[in-house]
Amino acid sequence: MASPDAEAPPPTEPERWRDLDILLSRPGNLVHATFQPSPGLRDDIGSFVEVLVVGAGGLGCELLKDLALSGFKNLHVIDMDTIDVSNLNRQFLFRVQDVGKPKAEVAAKRVMERVSGVNIVPHFCRIEDKELEFYNQFQIIVLGLDSIEARSYINSVACGFLEYDSDDKPIPKTAKPMVDGGTEGFKGHARVIMPGTTPCFECNIWLFPPQVKFPLCTLAETPRTAAHCIEYAHLIKWDEVHTGKPFDADNAEHMQWIYSEALQRAELFGISGVTYSLTQGVVKNIIPAIASTNAIISAACALEALKLVSGCSKSVLNYLTYNGLVGTHIKVTEFVRDTDCLVCGPGTLIELDTSSTLSEFIKMLEKHPKLLMSKASVTHEGNNLYMQSPEVLEQMTRQNLSIPMFELLKGASFVTVHVSGMAESNGNKVSSLRKLRVLFKGVEEASKMDTTESS
Amino acid sequence: MAAAAVAVAEPKTKYDRQLRIWGDQGQAALEKASICLLNSGPTGTEALKNLVLGGIGSVTVVDGSKVEPSDLGNNFLCNSRVNKECLGQSRAQSVCSFLQELNDAVKVKYVEESPGTMIDTNPSFFSQFTVVIATQLPESSLLKLDGICRAADIVLVAARSYGLTGLVRVSVKEHCVIESKPDHFLDDLRLHNPWTELKQFAKSIDICDKDPVVHKHTPYIVILVRLAEKWADAHDGKLPSTRQEKREFKDLIRAHMLNVDEENYKEAVESSYKVSVTPGISTEIRQIIDDSSSEVNLSSSDFWVLVAALKEFIANEGNGDLPLEGTIPDMTSQTEYYVSLQKIYQAKAETDCLAMEHRVKNILKRIGRHPDSISRAYIKTFCKNARKLRVCRYRSMEEEFNAPVISEVQKYFADEDSCFAMNFYILLRAVDRLAANYSRLPGIFDSEIDEDVPRLKVAAVSVLSDMGLNGTSLSEDLVTEVCRFAGAEIHPVAAFIGGVASQEVIKLVTKQFVPLMGTFIFNGIDLKSQVLAL
Repeated sequence: MASPDAEAPPPTEPERWRDLDILLSRPGNLVHATFQPSPGLRDDIGSFVEVLVVGAGGLGCELLKDLALSGFKNLHVIDMDTIDVSNLNRQFLFRVQDVGKPKAEVAAKRVMERVSGVNIVPHFCRIEDKELEFYNQFQIIVLGLDSIEARSYINSVACGFLEYDSDDKPIPKTAKPMVDGGTEGFKGHARVIMPGTTPCFECNIWLFPPQVKFPLCTLAETPRTAAHCIEYAHLIKWDEVHTGKPFDADNAEHMQWIYSEALQRAELFGISGVTYSLTQGVVKNIIPAIASTNAIISAACALEALKLVSGCSKSVLNYLTYNGLVGTHIKVTEFVRDTDCLVCGPGTLIELDTSSTLSEFIKMLEKHPKLLMSKASVTHEGNNLYMQSPEVLEQMTRQNLSIPMFELLKGASFVTVHVSGMAESNGNKVSSLRKLRVLFKGVEEASKMDTTESS
Repeated sequence: MAAAAVAVAEPKTKYDRQLRIWGDQGQAALEKASICLLNSGPTGTEALKNLVLGGIGSVTVVDGSKVEPSDLGNNFLCNSRVNKECLGQSRAQSVCSFLQELNDAVKVKYVEESPGTMIDTNPSFFSQFTVVIATQLPESSLLKLDGICRAADIVLVAARSYGLTGLVRVSVKEHCVIESKPDHFLDDLRLHNPWTELKQFAKSIDICDKDPVVHKHTPYIVILVRLAEKWADAHDGKLPSTRQEKREFKDLIRAHMLNVDEENYKEAVESSYKVSVTPGISTEIRQIIDDSSSEVNLSSSDFWVLVAALKEFIANEGNGDLPLEGTIPDMTSQTEYYVSLQKIYQAKAETDCLAMEHRVKNILKRIGRHPDSISRAYIKTFCKNARKLRVCRYRSMEEEFNAPVISEVQKYFADEDSCFAMNFYILLRAVDRLAANYSRLPGIFDSEIDEDVPRLKVAAVSVLSDMGLNGTSLSEDLVTEVCRFAGAEIHPVAAFIGGVASQEVIKLVTKQFVPLMGTFIFNGIDLKSQVLAL
């Protein structure tokens, strides 16, 4: 122990990280095959590993703290939201005076204030606003999200980096692991996704059933519950009365209007239970959330991230569910990959004539039964072949539309391209990213080998 | 006036996401609760952080130590960018200043004293709290504390992080839950035994009405009550019970459809099993009713007075059934039919509740309490949840350690998943035993790990033999792992364990949901964690 001087020097890093180093520097029997215990392992993680945290909300705040105290020094966080009063019961990095500020920026600042040596780069924007290459710089992507669409998007981006060899075997060094957490009330999940090895988000999409919507005729003709009255006011009455004026769920006056309309309708039909709180819950589809569940799930995710980079213990295989309603119930399930998965598989095979132009290719994607993708942008190895937006890029790439794909892809016979656009999912159009393998008809097989090896 | 409105509305907005889970009642219970934390390492402070955010009444941190360099590597709450600021300061004080920053509605206090000393010298200190959260305490201190808390009827939650393992244990003599809020629970529709008003209402609707709009808007409750009666008439008054009969009953329902797409009939087919549910009382509720605590006296809690009334109700007005819950799920129906049904169920629930209230008053008089000393709201909540009551009783730690239920322990050792947890349980106790002899944890010095592995094994064998489990073998790998861990408190593990501890405190304080029954063993290796009821 250092003797307490009047002017105590700052602790050395080994003193500070005593507990973590015990785990990283000692061999064990129940560790990952790649584990190389060493006193320098923590330094290596700190210097060479960059982690992206997606979401700076209930899970994101916890994740940033947990990762910063697990030896990670280079973190990025991306979130498009600003801080709301209702976040303060669990998003512990935010204070009342932060309301209205960007979550990513405040969260990054607060963790850096308290944990010396860690650098966190905030990104206050939509996940779709970033170039694909932005996501490629990270060794691990940790997801702290509350939406299926956002998870699905990040999953497709991360799986998009996965390359396959000529035998359709995934190439391990191209796999970008993800750790995904989610909570609802006293329940949550944590999972590790190793693209090409364990199921990706899309392989098990059925685990997240779409939200049940009320039939419009029930709302209009036979309402029975308070929620029916609220949805009537929200989905039918608002547009009838406010022609052309869009409803804004964050506008208190709008919400108040919905509430009083719902209340009137409930009285008319003799239905009870319409409250302002329920109105907000139904209209905004509010998911109840508490600090403890977020802390538990984030901690599991951070621990898995540490295990992935260090190998200091085994990884969870591969899906943990937590239920705190009755006792503390944890279950780990080993799900299997969908080998036909459009997202983490080798990619949908598209056969093209050497004469097909980029424009014809884009049109074909709209009709393709597996893809049904409209407004597609096309990239190849990070180069934009055609971009729908922003306008500048559209103008720059427009001339490519009339050029044959074969020529744009420099005469390779078999090529992986990425397309992003709007695709159907559960009956909704959502922004999606798909990996396609383009095979040109009538070109020699030999060059197929060449291109996959050189890519 | 506007300013006053904002001040009142603010906590409602701030706590909105949790109020949707435990409601105003639950929140009020939290705001009344006072929590004591022993040791402010990351496991304890992470637990407190979650409770302070949620608006717990007060927290008192008991810790005599100073912030050391290693605290800056695993404890967010006593960290600061300028490390020197915190180093050497009271750890309790440092942690409390951050906790206060999180929520100014919470009273945050600290006592600079070692938890061990507090337990030894000032046991009455603990009687002021609702819950004591004891973290990173060795078995000897924990045993004493458990005795103190039990004698004062205070809830004890013990939590410990140890390398990639750890545990959370709840200890209290008895915890009774009315609002257990289970995830899935069968609706209380009484289709097997409809009361007069429900039967009359069902009869008033012609289920053979040829008007397609009326036909497809007849609620399934009505369809099932009518068709169950029809079935019973043709089957000596009996309801469908065998598989074959249930299938035939479904066919009978389908035969009444006018169109294949009638949602209400599809719902009736799906819900047809509700006609055949065994009437009466579940084993769990039967156990509570038959418990000796339902023989009430002046010192009985309100909960047990209600159970005593429930017992009488079942034997009298209830005709063998519990009070009706009084709510129905949404179902395809005309608004008018649905609202009428709602009222019929509500009215029956109110009648049952009134009968219960009458019985409660009589019991209170009989045991010498004021007949109005239990509120109507409490009785109503009790009746509404009568099917979901839970009584959790915990053995004291002394009983658990000195008189283990050998058959349970052997069962856990035999089960593949629980065996890991059982190994950790034994090894965590062995660690304390070894520490008592050597005044240090096993594996703390790199140079002595090789010697510590057999030492830990000896200690573990002695724990097993004291439990009466001679010859039970432990996993060599886990003995080595626990030596490797050397008591390290790693932040993500501490955050997990602390998170579980705080979740249990919330359930124990709000008296909602069902707390952990026994000891939760965290398995940080493959995350397959288990609960051991020992």
